[in-house]
Amino acid sequence: MALSGDNPLMGDEETAPEKHYELRLYVAGQTPKSMEAFANLKKICEEHLKGRYSIEVIDLIENPKLAKGDQILAIPTLVRKLPEPIRKIIGTLSDTERVLIGLDLRPRKS
Amino acid sequence: MSSSKESIPLKQLRKTPTGIAGFDEITGGGVPQGRPTLICGGPGSGKTLFGMEFLVRGARDFDEPGIFMSFEEKDNDLVENFTSLGFDIDGLVTQEKMAIDYVHIERSEILETGEFDLEGLFVRLGFAIDSVGAKRVVLDTIEALFSGFPNEGILRAEIRRLFRWLKDQGVTAVITCEQGKGTLTRHGLEEYVSDCVIFLDHRMIEQVATRRLRIIKYRGTSHGTNEYPFLIDEGGLYVLPITSVGLTHEAPTERIPSGVPRLDTMLGGEGYFRGSSILITGTAGTGKTSLAAHFASSVCSRGERCLYLAFEESESQIVRNMRSIGVDLKPWMDNGLLHFHATRPTLFGLEMHLVSMNKLVKDFKPAVVIMDPISNMVSVGSPAEVKSALMRFIDSLKMEGITTLFTCLISGQHQDLTEIGVSSLMDTWITVQDIESNGERNRGLYVIKSRGMAHSNQVREFVLSSDGVHLVDVYVGAGGVLTGAARLVQESKDRQFEKEREEEIERKKREFASRKLAVESQVSGLLAELSAQEKELEKIAHEEAERKIMAERELAELARQRCAD
Repeated sequence: MALSGDNPLMGDEETAPEKHYELRLYVAGQTPKSMEAFANLKKICEEHLKGRYSIEVIDLIENPKLAKGDQILAIPTLVRKLPEPIRKIIGTLSDTERVLIGLDLRPRKS
Repeated sequence: MSSSKESIPLKQLRKTPTGIAGFDEITGGGVPQGRPTLICGGPGSGKTLFGMEFLVRGARDFDEPGIFMSFEEKDNDLVENFTSLGFDIDGLVTQEKMAIDYVHIERSEILETGEFDLEGLFVRLGFAIDSVGAKRVVLDTIEALFSGFPNEGILRAEIRRLFRWLKDQGVTAVITCEQGKGTLTRHGLEEYVSDCVIFLDHRMIEQVATRRLRIIKYRGTSHGTNEYPFLIDEGGLYVLPITSVGLTHEAPTERIPSGVPRLDTMLGGEGYFRGSSILITGTAGTGKTSLAAHFASSVCSRGERCLYLAFEESESQIVRNMRSIGVDLKPWMDNGLLHFHATRPTLFGLEMHLVSMNKLVKDFKPAVVIMDPISNMVSVGSPAEVKSALMRFIDSLKMEGITTLFTCLISGQHQDLTEIGVSSLMDTWITVQDIESNGERNRGLYVIKSRGMAHSNQVREFVLSSDGVHLVDVYVGAGGVLTGAARLVQESKDRQFEKEREEEIERKKREFASRKLAVESQVSGLLAELSAQEKELEKIAHEEAERKIMAERELAELARQRCAD
C-alpha cells in the first residue's frame, strides 16, 4: 500500500476538494476509548472534510461477524473505505496531525 | 454412600489429549485442559503442524471442535498444506467442527494515533469460538502481532490479557511462538504462559537432521525432562515416548517357532519365547539373513504379521537371495503379512530411525520385527547411542509383546564381542561361526544363551541348501569335531566300518546255520541207529517168546505120549 508520488489526488486537501470520504469506525461497546475516538473523528471531519464525509460506526459487540471483513484487531479502528486505497488508523485519534496524515489530508513526512 | 468426593479422589490437573502419537504419553495425558500451552521453536520445527494436528484430532477423535487462528498463513494455504498430510480440513470445516480464521496484519496499512486495545481480536476470536462451540483454540503465530503494531507496551498487556481471557473462556489453547536468539520466544511470551511450555527443535548433527521435542515446563504434573525425538511424516507428528518405557513388560510363556525345526529342538524343543529379543551374530556370509528369512517365513505361514527392517539389502535382493535357498517370501509380501522397510542407516539420524521404526510398528502391528543388521547402525551413531536407542526400541516392542530378531555382523573370531554391546539386551543369542579346516569353510551354529529355557550346548553344522537351512549334527569322535567334507569322509568311513561289521556278523550267522545243520544231521543219524538197535532187540525178544511156547508145547506132547497116568 505504498503511496506513489505521481498520484495527483493525494498529498493536499486542496488538490482533491471533490473527493468523498467514506469512513468507518469500529468500536466494541460504549467504552471511554470509543467515545473519545468518535468525538475526535467528528471534530477532525468537521474541520477538514465538511460536507464530504460519512461516518459509519460499527459496534463489534453487536456485529462480531464484521470484525473479519475489515481485518479488525485493534479497537478503536478507523477505516477509510473511500477514497481508495483503504487505510486504517488505530487508537483514540487523539493525535490530530497523525490522523490527517493517515487520511491523506496532509502530506506524509518521509 | 458414594459421594461426588469419591469420584474425584485427587484434585489433579485435567488434561486434554492432543491425539498426537506419543505426545500424550510423555505428558501423561496431553496439554492442560482449559489453559494455554505455548509451543515454541525455530522456523520449520513443526509448530503449525502441532497446532493443526491438535485441532484436527480433537475435532475428529475427541469431538472437540476447534478454531485455528492464523496470523501467518492464509486459510487456503493451510487447508492445502494439511490435506497433503491426510487431514480433511475442508470436511471438518463443512461439518462445523473446525474453523480457520486468517488474521491479516499489514503494518503499512495501520497508523497508530492514541490509545487502543485488541478488543477486535477478542471479539473476533470469541465469535469464532461461539460459532462452532470450540473447545480448542490455536493461535499461530501470535508474535506476528508484534510486527503489525508499533506499540509494544500495549501489545504485551493485550497478549497477557488474551491468555487470561482464553483461560476464562475455558478453551484449551495452543499458542505457537517463534524461537528467539538465546531465548525460547522472540518476544519473551513464555513469561505469560505459566502452565505448559513446549519447545520444538530441528537441528543438524553431522549433516543429519533430527527433530526433538522438550517440555520446558508443565506446571502441576510430572513430566520427562528429556528431549524426545519426533518425526513428521505423511500422518502428522509422531513423538517417540522414551520415559514411558519401563521394565514392566509381561513375560509371555508362549513359544514361537524359529522356522528351522532343528533349531527349535536346540531351544528347548519349542523355539523362541514370544515377545523375547533374539540376536543372531556371525561373521560375513554365515547365513544370518537366511535364518532371519526362515523366521519371517514361518511367522507369516501362521498368518501373523512380520515387519522386516532391512538396512543392507533391498527388498527385492533379499527376496531373490532367499529364493535360492528355497524360502519364498513373495507370497507373504503379496498378502500383506510381510512388510519390508529397506533404508540405508545413513538416511537419517539414529533417533529418527528409532521414531520411524516405532511408527512403522505402530501402524503395521506386527507380531515379529526383524532388523537386519543392527551393526550397520553404528554408521549413524556411537556404539553407546546405538545401544541406548536399541534398548528403547526393544523395550517398547516388548511392552507390546512383539518378538524381535536382530542380526549383527561381528568381525574377527572373538565371538563374544558384538560391536554395539547389545548382547546383554538379548534374551536369546545364537551365533553362526565359520569353521575352517581341511581347506574348506563350514558354518557352525550354537546357542550362546537363551534365557528361561533349557537350550542345547551343542554345536550344529549349519547347512544352506536349495531347500532351506538345515542343522546337522557335527561329527564328534576320536578325530575331534568335524564338519563339512571332513565330516562326510568320517561319516563314510564310519559307514564302511559299520558295513564290515555287519558283514562279519552275517558271515558268522551263516557259519552257525551250517554247523547247526551238520549237528542236526548227526543227531538224526544216531537216532536212526538207535531205533535200528531197538528193533533188533524187539525181534530177539519176540523169537525168544515164541521158542518158549514151542518148548512148552513139545513138553506137553511128550508127556501125553508117555501116557503117564
